[in-house]
Amino acid sequence: MKGVVHGTITGRIHSWDLSTGVDGPGTRFVLFVSGCPLRCLYCANPDTWHMRDGWATTVDETIEEIDKYRAFLTTAGGGVTLTGGEPLLQPAFTGAVLRRCKEAGLHTALDTSGFLGARATDELLATTDLLLLDIKSFDATTYRKLTGGGLAPTLDFATRLDRLGKRMWIRYVLVPGWTDGPVAVDGLAEFLAGLSSVERIDILPFHKLGAAKYDALGVPFPLRDTPVPDVALVDRVRRQFREHGLVAH
Amino acid sequence: MTATVTTGPRAADVWRQFAGVGWRERIDVRDFIQANYTRYDGDASFLTGPTDRTRAVWEKVSSLFPEERRRGIHDVDATTPSTITSHAPGWIDRDRELIVGLQTDAPLKRAIMPNGGLRMVENSLKAYGYEAGPFVTEVFGTYRKTHNDGVFDAYTPTMRAARKAGIITGLPDAYGRGRIIGDYRRVALYGTDRLSEAKRAERAQLDARPSTACVIRDREELAEQIRALSELTRMAATYGCDVSRPAVTAHEAVQWLYLGYLAAVKEQNGAAMSLGRTSTFLDVYLQRDLEEGVLDETRAQELIDDFVIKLRIVRFLRTPEYDALFSGDPTWVTESIGGIGVDGRPLVTRTSFRFLQTLYNLGPAPEPNLTVLWSPGLSAGFKEFCAQVSIDTSAVQYESDELMRPRTGDDTAIACCVSAMAVGKQMQFFGARVNLAKALLYAVNGGRDEMTGEQITPEMPPLTGEYLDYDELSAAYDRVLDWLAQTYVDALNVIHYMHDKYAYERIEMALHDYPVHRFMACGIAGLSVAVDSLSAVKHARVKVFRDATGLAVDYGTEGEFPAYGNNDDRADRLAVDLVETFMTKVRRHPTYREAEHTQSVLTITSNVVYGKHTGNTPDGRRAGQPFAPGANPMNGRDRHGVAASALSVAKLPYEQARDGISLTTTITPEGLGHVPGERAGNLCGILDAYMSAGGFHMNVNVLDRAVLEDAMEHPERHPELTIRVSGYAVNFVRLTHEQQLDVISRTFHGSP
Repeated sequence: MKGVVHGTITGRIHSWDLSTGVDGPGTRFVLFVSGCPLRCLYCANPDTWHMRDGWATTVDETIEEIDKYRAFLTTAGGGVTLTGGEPLLQPAFTGAVLRRCKEAGLHTALDTSGFLGARATDELLATTDLLLLDIKSFDATTYRKLTGGGLAPTLDFATRLDRLGKRMWIRYVLVPGWTDGPVAVDGLAEFLAGLSSVERIDILPFHKLGAAKYDALGVPFPLRDTPVPDVALVDRVRRQFREHGLVAH
Repeated sequence: MTATVTTGPRAADVWRQFAGVGWRERIDVRDFIQANYTRYDGDASFLTGPTDRTRAVWEKVSSLFPEERRRGIHDVDATTPSTITSHAPGWIDRDRELIVGLQTDAPLKRAIMPNGGLRMVENSLKAYGYEAGPFVTEVFGTYRKTHNDGVFDAYTPTMRAARKAGIITGLPDAYGRGRIIGDYRRVALYGTDRLSEAKRAERAQLDARPSTACVIRDREELAEQIRALSELTRMAATYGCDVSRPAVTAHEAVQWLYLGYLAAVKEQNGAAMSLGRTSTFLDVYLQRDLEEGVLDETRAQELIDDFVIKLRIVRFLRTPEYDALFSGDPTWVTESIGGIGVDGRPLVTRTSFRFLQTLYNLGPAPEPNLTVLWSPGLSAGFKEFCAQVSIDTSAVQYESDELMRPRTGDDTAIACCVSAMAVGKQMQFFGARVNLAKALLYAVNGGRDEMTGEQITPEMPPLTGEYLDYDELSAAYDRVLDWLAQTYVDALNVIHYMHDKYAYERIEMALHDYPVHRFMACGIAGLSVAVDSLSAVKHARVKVFRDATGLAVDYGTEGEFPAYGNNDDRADRLAVDLVETFMTKVRRHPTYREAEHTQSVLTITSNVVYGKHTGNTPDGRRAGQPFAPGANPMNGRDRHGVAASALSVAKLPYEQARDGISLTTTITPEGLGHVPGERAGNLCGILDAYMSAGGFHMNVNVLDRAVLEDAMEHPERHPELTIRVSGYAVNFVRLTHEQQLDVISRTFHGSP
């Protein structure tokens, strides 16, 4: 009767999409869960900040949609990724979707800032094959200015994931003037090099594709005038990670 | 020509080391391949780059392209109606060329083929500032009737009206039908003497049959085929090649095969002049020579590179109307690569790789139209190489070997874009397509055309409500489609009767078995517009706006409706039903020469012209706006990424669209993965998953919109930019401005 129990759990989601090679391995069903406790200055999805802006759905409905793609995702070497927003803002819904996907034989990934890592139960993590952990900055002051939240919960979460042996891909958004400081990058690299379950670092160059969404919402886009990183900068930061023995893309 | 052996070899040498029996006793290239090919399961690391010789030949001919592009054509022989033997031999660079033979006596010089229609030749010449020679106009204006003349003698007023209104368009009544693939491999394996002997035997079987109209026609056609083979022999001799006997070396095999193909393109200006499935056949010869130490990998690649140079410069003289339909000067020299045999062995050889490698050695190009017969069961090395070539060049299309093999066998090749034919055993009567979106508007208007107000169908009651009612509309649509299917098949029968009579494909049919299996290849366009319009009426409310004469000219949609292309059955089911319904209606009407009815969901680039001639539609599309190409979801309405879009298309039943279902996909590089090294693997995953879901065809473009926009601004910076449009590839800079805008407005699947 597990399905029935799960079916009663509701969540609020922004949308879903299928993407390839950007939210975990292969082609993936990407569920954008609504609501986020952070307000990252570079956020590309300001339309996912508030739970109230999402639409209500049940776990059953969500699984029904995902099920249409099960064969495709499996053959294409992909799976399901929960992202947002911050999926751990709705841990019961997120946990139930992950578990049902896992039971259906799908590869599961959770994209999170780790800020609410404490809300992820061991059971939730047991049904998550891969953590896409977004570490916004390794400098606590910068982290707070950039996100409005504290850095410590994320680092604690990373340490816990490592202890549990959970596979991790670290995502690092590179923003000129914000996250390109060599000292902070080195510090993060050193920290990550100490975690054996970190498989790779994806450096995501800051972009402004979300600017139109800010306009539509009537919210100012704080980094409108910030330049995108050039190739040389991306190379330098990638090299810094690699110098610590990490796989960085 | 430096290496072709012209002295007669001993019989034992010709087929030395080849295994198998059946193919020796009868004309059976497939049996030869199965008995002799060496499968290759490795990766692309053995391939070699272009030699200085290859570069020199390619540079010499490709340096003529910019001027050709500017003027429309490079040159034309306006005085000599083209036949297999009409022109003296020509070369690009006689000392360096390995594979020889041109359509006329100089590269890129086009020929005229007035059998199809004198007026078309005259209009084409006029468009480029030339005039037909007096001999041509006298013969074809006075003494010799053409295909086009014949068709218009037999068209009915209804057919003419339907054609003029554009509800049936692109019909091959004013250009060569094409899409017939001669089994050019036969020339290499058997030589023309043996092929003529086999044809004489086929004809002799008819001697005892009563001389009915059908038997007389068949006898005459076989006589023409035998004549064409002897003309091929004579034409080859002018290049110093004795194709009366089989090829002895790999070099000869490539050359003989090409000369067979050349004979076809000297005589027929067919819309699509496809090559067949030659790479694994040629590999048998290349492998034998490699093993005997006669050539090395560099030379093997050179032969294929040189062959492909020839295929890239096939040219036809065409009218501006034709170019508007099929933009970018396409020739559809389609070569089908890969696939799996009925015994489970992949048919991939090193030469399958070598053909794809030409896109690196010579740079990206639209022709030959390289088509991979894809199966999840192909080796990883081959699949990854194909995917990488797609990512680097956007010049490859993929078709499901799993869907074709059970139906047309493991020696299937693609004619044109998506039409599967058993090589040398099946042919088709190309039938262009009907406009299903316009037909839906006819249903609303009782058969009056929404652009002109003219009554095109017999009078039917128009829908008169303020809002469209789904059941009423469905019933009216059904009536219009009944009329359309009948008019359409009837018109095709006229066209193909006359094409056989006045512009018979002698050499291509000489390279087929007798009797041949014929398909009547119907087609539909505007599927996604019709489906989304039906969905709007069914799931939202659609208000009708009529002009003073009561003609519905615009629609207002209130509310949301599911659109085809999002893996949503509420819309996709309508698409499946429409494909099945129209096929059923087409099958009700008898066909010329008892051809088997098929249909395609393919537009080539005519989606632009169709859109231009179609009024406002209930899905919100504005009058004149292009349709989506082929079976594609409407541009921009497939919102959930390539997988959802592809799965909607994969629901269309191949059994009800055996002439092919075309999906053109554009993905940005980032849309295939953040890490460039992972993109080829990800694309393989998408292709495997799409085809496992029943998908038939996918054109894969890997491009950023910005690149295309830059190419519109600065064409000189992007001479090689190649893009798959709908079953074929084009040089982007050769498309019309409208076509370029259409391509740019299509859905680009990026990373979210």
